[in-house]
Amino acid sequence: MLMLGALCGHICSFLTRFRRTLRIVRRILGIVSERTIVSLIFLCGVSAVIFVFGIFFFVFREGAPFLRHGFDAKEFFLSPDWYPTSATNKRYGILAQLIGTGTVTLVAMLVAVPFSLGAGIFIAEFCGKKAREVMKILIELLAAIPSVVWGFIGLMVMNPLIIKLTGAPIGLNVLNAGVIVGLMSVPIIVTIAEDAIRAVPDTYIEAAEALGATRWQLVRKVILPAAKSGLLAAVLLGVGRAVGETMAVLMCTGHSINIPFDGKAPFFHVLDSVRTLTATIAAEMGEAPRLGANTDGTFPPEALHYQALFVIGIVLFAVTFVINVTADLIVKGIRKRK
Amino acid sequence: MKNIDNTKNLFAATELINKKLRAQRIVKWIFGAMSITILIPLVALTTCLIIRAWPSLTWDFITDVPKQGMRSGGIWSALVGTMYTVTFSLLVAVPVGVMAGIYLNEYARDNWFTRIVNLAVVNLAGVPSIVHALFGLGAFVVFAGLGKSILSASLTLAIMTLPVIIVSTKEALFAVPVTFRMACWNLGASRWQTIRTIVLPNSIGGILTGIILQVCRAAGETAPIMFTGAVFFKAVQRGDLFPYKPTEQFMALSYHLHTISTQVPGVPESMLYATAVVLLGFVLAFNAIAIVLRTRIRNRKKW
Amino acid sequence: MPQTGSIEIKNLTVRYGNKIALDSVSLSIPPTGIYAIIGPANSGKTTLLKSINRTIEIEPGVSVKGQIFIDGQNTKRIRDVYGLRRKIGMVFPLPVGLPLSIYDNVAYAPRIAGKRAKRDLDEIVERSLRQAALWDEVKDRLKSLGTMLSGGQQQRLTIARALSHDPQILCLDEFSIAVDPVTTMRIEDVLVELKRKMTIILVTNLVQQAHRLGDLTCFLNMGKVVQVGETEKMFSDDPGNQLTYDYVHGVFG
Repeated sequence: MLMLGALCGHICSFLTRFRRTLRIVRRILGIVSERTIVSLIFLCGVSAVIFVFGIFFFVFREGAPFLRHGFDAKEFFLSPDWYPTSATNKRYGILAQLIGTGTVTLVAMLVAVPFSLGAGIFIAEFCGKKAREVMKILIELLAAIPSVVWGFIGLMVMNPLIIKLTGAPIGLNVLNAGVIVGLMSVPIIVTIAEDAIRAVPDTYIEAAEALGATRWQLVRKVILPAAKSGLLAAVLLGVGRAVGETMAVLMCTGHSINIPFDGKAPFFHVLDSVRTLTATIAAEMGEAPRLGANTDGTFPPEALHYQALFVIGIVLFAVTFVINVTADLIVKGIRKRK
Repeated sequence: MKNIDNTKNLFAATELINKKLRAQRIVKWIFGAMSITILIPLVALTTCLIIRAWPSLTWDFITDVPKQGMRSGGIWSALVGTMYTVTFSLLVAVPVGVMAGIYLNEYARDNWFTRIVNLAVVNLAGVPSIVHALFGLGAFVVFAGLGKSILSASLTLAIMTLPVIIVSTKEALFAVPVTFRMACWNLGASRWQTIRTIVLPNSIGGILTGIILQVCRAAGETAPIMFTGAVFFKAVQRGDLFPYKPTEQFMALSYHLHTISTQVPGVPESMLYATAVVLLGFVLAFNAIAIVLRTRIRNRKKW
Repeated sequence: MPQTGSIEIKNLTVRYGNKIALDSVSLSIPPTGIYAIIGPANSGKTTLLKSINRTIEIEPGVSVKGQIFIDGQNTKRIRDVYGLRRKIGMVFPLPVGLPLSIYDNVAYAPRIAGKRAKRDLDEIVERSLRQAALWDEVKDRLKSLGTMLSGGQQQRLTIARALSHDPQILCLDEFSIAVDPVTTMRIEDVLVELKRKMTIILVTNLVQQAHRLGDLTCFLNMGKVVQVGETEKMFSDDPGNQLTYDYVHGVFG
């Protein structure tokens, strides 16, 4: 009996001591964990800067050797001769790819911009509230389609369609990729354009309405001029999207080093196959081996292919960087006014 | 002599107004037509894809592995590979992204450093997917020595989805009024306590929406996983839930669609379409969930 | 019980960037009773309150010089800022109900401070709501959302929250601006009841309210203390300072 009582007493005092230490531990953990959590939060906040620099650093690191050993910028950017795998005469000129990217983007914008701006104006100004919700959801779903599925569509649907409609020998060309990439760029242009239109200050609109302007007059004479810079930003972001697109152009451009301009009518051959910068990297990286430097610091000629592809990556990074920063500065200006 | 004592005529439309209204109606129809034109592809293509995929869309297709050089069988190995990479990439991107968003909206002061961080987030968001692939190759496969594996690919995807998670977290947090925070600070709560008890619980919906949207994107992207671990074929058991080790190469649905439509001759058309439909269906379904979630949050506002 | 809640402010100067909000303000606030602070807009009244509970430090670009002593203790030297803020209740012009249940609203501060026992929290919630004259209206719906109350109720909820950690000092910054006259009267009754055991600092731009409630009144103008004195004297026909007379009788402000 006494033993049992003593045991109980021991257990009780142990429990109370345990609970007390637990409380102290929890309080210490509270203070410590708050500080550690806040430091973690700060670290994560800085991470974005680290990653952006990281991307530039690592892409540059892998491509740097190409730039160091006898890099001729004029030949790189202005020569259409891209023969990285030739046994005897390796040449690395990306002019054809630059033009490829340029033409596909051009066709894409010709397709996307009128329809997107029109749709943007419609959704922002001429739409009923419910219709607007539905339209925005549908546009969001359009944006969700993965690029490889778009490429698939270009390959399986647009391809035979173009052959049937134009009689061209193959349907994988600038037109095909241009239309597909255009469709892919539509959602972003519509969204930003709509934002820009709705950001026009109400005071402008109210003033015009008080003067008896119809909706269309309002849009044409007041809103569009006021939203000019925002619409420009929208188009810029669309261009950025088009330039950076990889899978769709990989599957739809026909992938041949070719400049689709020449002296014969119609001068701009949209039915020609081309290759873009992005597709070059995607298609050839699998075969380009990563070779280390020789003992004297130079690289064997086969290694240059891998490095050259990374340099194309740097070019792409730089171009899209500039486009996106410009567009973002404009968009920020709009959102501030909102 | 005009009938001016009848007030109805005072407000009758003049010829000029009628002309303008007619012009407006025409313009409205033109813009409306433009909007519909954009959406036609969405509807038409989805239907076309489903119709052509129908013969191959069976349960077997999903659980079976590719056989006969991809010409028959199913897509199980690719499906599992995608699920693995997406899950791993989220495990990294979500904590980092959400905490970065918390930092930017709750702790960061309005100085040059914050502006740089915001600029970095925007730039990270605009990097083309192929450049992400190159980064993954240079940083994870080569430099970190992870080789071509699920780990490398997931980390690459994580960095790709990070900026959007950061931005949507920021916006969700911003939607919580400052007055709540001030009330808590005056009651003696620290910033983190306020975030933990009031701000986060009331913004979790918006954060989740951003995350779900990025799940779709991670599942659909091909370029970032192309040289960081996705591979043409890997032998996997049918219906096996754990076929890949994190250090192994893997098959992924998006890459699989690419290879069977461009590099394997003789694949039955319905199988090609079925693969596309499964990928597209997955992505659109998750997107729809995110949209529904967003609408429900908007309707259930607590203030 | 020793009388606590005395505040001694010495040469407090607060700058927002280049703008001076408070210019070498020195005040002596005795324990218990209602200390009213009046003055036109932008005279630094809110800044003064924020300096007392050190929430001024959260504002960007602010510099604070001078000292504030609460019961003889220099507030700047206190390491646990959060504990200090819990000892000082703060009520702002706009009523704020946290998006929690009414119960959780009032229990928020004790919970943050570590109290978890349900019995303790129940007692605190009831006591605070009773003190704020809100208990009878909400006792049956403590689980409903605090944000769904009316403006007047939310203001009383804010007061209940401020009282939940049994503060020695209660600061109110123009509490009646967004609140209907009936609620204002009820809150004024509450303050008269509370002043017996805590120091109440009542910042107000309603001169009559200061007259009704204040034991002492301080007139602040453009960041400087113009005059401090017994309320009756301040509002009499000869307060001793022309500026005070002009403000009190509506000549400016």
